[in-house]
Amino acid sequence: MRYLPLTDTDRADMLAKIGANLIDDLFVDVPAVAQLDGPIRELPMHASEMAVERHMKARANKNLAAGDAPFFLGAGAYRHHVPASVDTVIQRGEFLTAYTPYQPEIAQGTLQMLFEFQSQVARLYGCAVANASMYDGSTACWEAVAMAGRVTRCHRAVLSGALHPHYSQVVKTMAQFTGDTIADAMPAIQTEPDNAGLISRIDDDTACVVVQYPDILGRIPDLTELADAAHAKGALLVVVNTEPVALGAIKSPGEMGADIVVGEGQSIGVGLQFGGPYLGLFAVRDPKHVRQMPGRLCGETTDAEGKRGFVLTLSTREQHIRREKATSNICTNSGLCALAFNVHMTLLGEKGLRELAAENHRLACIAADRLEKIPGVSLLNSAFFNEFTLQLGGNPAREVVRSLADLGVLGGVSLDRLYPGVAGLEDALLVAVTETTTEEDIETLAKELEGVLS
Amino acid sequence: MNAPNKSGWKPEMQVSEDGLHNGPSTTTGNRALMLEEPLIFEIGHPETTGVDLPEIDPDAPNRLGGFDRSDPIGLVGLTEPETVRHYTRLSRQNYGIDLGFFPLGSCTMKHNPRLNEKVARLPGFADIHPLAPQQSVQGALQVIHELGDWLMKLTGMPGVAMSPKAGAHGELCGILAIRAAHTARGDARQVVLVPESAHGTNPATAAFAGYKVEDIPATPEGRVDLEAIKARLAPDVAAVMITNPNTCGLFEKDFREIADAVHAVGGYVYCDGANFNAIVGRVRPGDLGVDAMHINLHKTFSTPHGGGGPGSGPVVFSEALKDFAPLPVVRKTADDSYELVEEEGRKHRGQSFGRMTAFHGQMGMFTRALTYMLSHGADGLKQVAEDAVLNANYVLRSLEDILHAPFADSGPCMHEALFGDKDFGGGLSTLDLAKALIDEGYHPMTVYFPLVVHGAMLVEPTETESKASIDQFITAFRSVTERALAGDESMKQAPYYAPRRRLDETQAARKPKLAWQDPEPSA
Repeated sequence: MRYLPLTDTDRADMLAKIGANLIDDLFVDVPAVAQLDGPIRELPMHASEMAVERHMKARANKNLAAGDAPFFLGAGAYRHHVPASVDTVIQRGEFLTAYTPYQPEIAQGTLQMLFEFQSQVARLYGCAVANASMYDGSTACWEAVAMAGRVTRCHRAVLSGALHPHYSQVVKTMAQFTGDTIADAMPAIQTEPDNAGLISRIDDDTACVVVQYPDILGRIPDLTELADAAHAKGALLVVVNTEPVALGAIKSPGEMGADIVVGEGQSIGVGLQFGGPYLGLFAVRDPKHVRQMPGRLCGETTDAEGKRGFVLTLSTREQHIRREKATSNICTNSGLCALAFNVHMTLLGEKGLRELAAENHRLACIAADRLEKIPGVSLLNSAFFNEFTLQLGGNPAREVVRSLADLGVLGGVSLDRLYPGVAGLEDALLVAVTETTTEEDIETLAKELEGVLS
Repeated sequence: MNAPNKSGWKPEMQVSEDGLHNGPSTTTGNRALMLEEPLIFEIGHPETTGVDLPEIDPDAPNRLGGFDRSDPIGLVGLTEPETVRHYTRLSRQNYGIDLGFFPLGSCTMKHNPRLNEKVARLPGFADIHPLAPQQSVQGALQVIHELGDWLMKLTGMPGVAMSPKAGAHGELCGILAIRAAHTARGDARQVVLVPESAHGTNPATAAFAGYKVEDIPATPEGRVDLEAIKARLAPDVAAVMITNPNTCGLFEKDFREIADAVHAVGGYVYCDGANFNAIVGRVRPGDLGVDAMHINLHKTFSTPHGGGGPGSGPVVFSEALKDFAPLPVVRKTADDSYELVEEEGRKHRGQSFGRMTAFHGQMGMFTRALTYMLSHGADGLKQVAEDAVLNANYVLRSLEDILHAPFADSGPCMHEALFGDKDFGGGLSTLDLAKALIDEGYHPMTVYFPLVVHGAMLVEPTETESKASIDQFITAFRSVTERALAGDESMKQAPYYAPRRRLDETQAARKPKLAWQDPEPSA
């Protein structure tokens, strides 16, 4: 077996040293009822590298990769070009095969990277402090709701109807067990985000208002008035961002008054990967809230010779110290994805991120203009970044998406996929456009969509 | 035994007058291949970039609704050569499995096969969208289904949830399913029993789920106290959470009896599967009466730890709990295609406790883990468990004469060997020994965990170390232990040869500096 270095001679010598005759002697504490008499029969035996690769490739080949089709899917996961050097860096064994940096003297590579990552995220979000990452955007969103409860000592969260429905579901799932009250809503299919409706639901028991920016329909809500309204009731404003590239073009949530900013970092460096692993981002605007934050934090310090170095810090918030009194049960971050983000963001820099955002927006404007011209299709949004909502004149969007896929076009995400069976949403299609989209792709989508609808 | 390797070759070390190995200081702070590296904020520039994108056209259409970001973001960039060099230099300040032995107990730092990496990067897996029409991702759904099937067969359990994103997330999934099952019966139980030797995530998870956590004591031999559990069991106990093999490295031989007793009062048995590597392919937790167990794909099934995640923590369920598993689930349909069930309703019986994450779990880890399982097969995985246990017992029996091994008489250990710092001289502790091991070129074992042993040192060699490698480690470990027993004061300042000396964690916590601050412009 190619991954097992012990030889039979080694095994015999080692058993002798241990004072055992057979390997079975080391498993004597396993009760007889659970002792198997050999390898599990329902599973295959070992296989060569070649055979395994063949097996897995056969499955990969059954999927239509985004790069092999005109591709317009978003709704919380975006396809961006990841420079080749990102993958080269994250495959270095010193990063790939390292553990959580609990021995900082021999983990400065990971720790310095995390410090850079935290700094990049904080700046992108317009916040003071970001943590070393979380599982993904949806779980970070729940952690923000839980944190708002700790800060305000209130336990009611008001969710925008235009928050990604999977994020709402995660929050509601968790809240069933903690006893928090979650006030959610369905998205209002209208040109502008329904800020007034959201504000009207805030009351004195509200711990936080959760709003997505840009929202699930691609619209861009005015966070300033939401922040003012939340703060007037003693609540925090939690802003969720699922497309970090947008923040190269639009104002940061922090500068518009958000208290906690969370999101999905997948767009930068991580890739689509069928939904995971992704990269949860978590930041707070006011440094006084740091000690209520969940997750790992990397901080700067000095070593015994006075040299600058980095360590994981403020771990008295965490489960391995606090056990049942911890701020969260989370025991990990998304380290390698944070590295991918860090490397990609360093390659972009301020200039590159702004240009990337501008290119996304330019192509999205072209796509919106072109698709809107299709008979029966209308554009919902007045404002958008790289994703917008089309209404297909009463045609069921989920069927349209399937028909387009049969034609080799991955044409978008139907709202019916996200909100199954909700009346009034069936004909809405989310279309995302990034720098990887070509004008030819847009033309192909327009032609095929027109064909499917006619 | 004392030769560092078979031929007896040993690099000579010159010791300078100060007793250390420092030569004269250098202008750069570098020491040949030990290279210092500034932060990107100290070397990058806002106008520098490593990607070629079109210049921004100020006259391009703008439909941002007036929310344009006008102030600087504060990011800096590097060109590609500078970027690659920056991170390559940083990488060299890290220890990894690829560099050497990484005996971190309870973390299962085994070799990460590179075929896994290659497979995960196939565009058919890496470049597909989670919401792609299901007809276009049949192969991906098949992989999730196939991996779930392997996990159920390896554990002898009939249900599986694939979406949890890490071990602690899996624990949460299991406990939430338990709570949902009780709630479905209208049973409002309040208490979860957790052994005092448990991972901190166990009590944190149970508390999160709204349970009162009660500690269960351990016996002097390092196992859960069966009589104490039996005495405490009552209709208010929702579940017990037991790690098996446990955090002292021992198999809980009374597990089946505990499970039966818990079931008899209507409770459920959660098994923390962090240590599954010791029994994979040899013992099925389902045969021990487990109702829910998470599996750390990044431990037992070799997906990389990546410097702290991403992990992946699928959960297997017993018949009693499987219908409460979170959505989405992948099912095989009558026509041999695969279906992702994302919602309650016609296709689902409607007892799921909800959704734990936005999409369907850690696909990138699934492809790696399945690749690993196929490589080993049922026979190879059994051998994995046996070699892991053999290596750990070999370490235990090679060090117990010199180092306090509190449970050495409790029978064979499983995948890890536990020691304590009793009899260290000169006020030295486990931490000093760990840091001295760094100087010897090793990543230290897990220290100060489990909490039930003073100055705990938990050594998990895993099955991917050769005997020669373990022998070298034992030699080094014996030598630092001898120094610790003799009270060698110099160990208090170790490590001497790492990229950094001991770091001031108190300062880091007292005055947190958690993000780069641009220096004030000089007047």
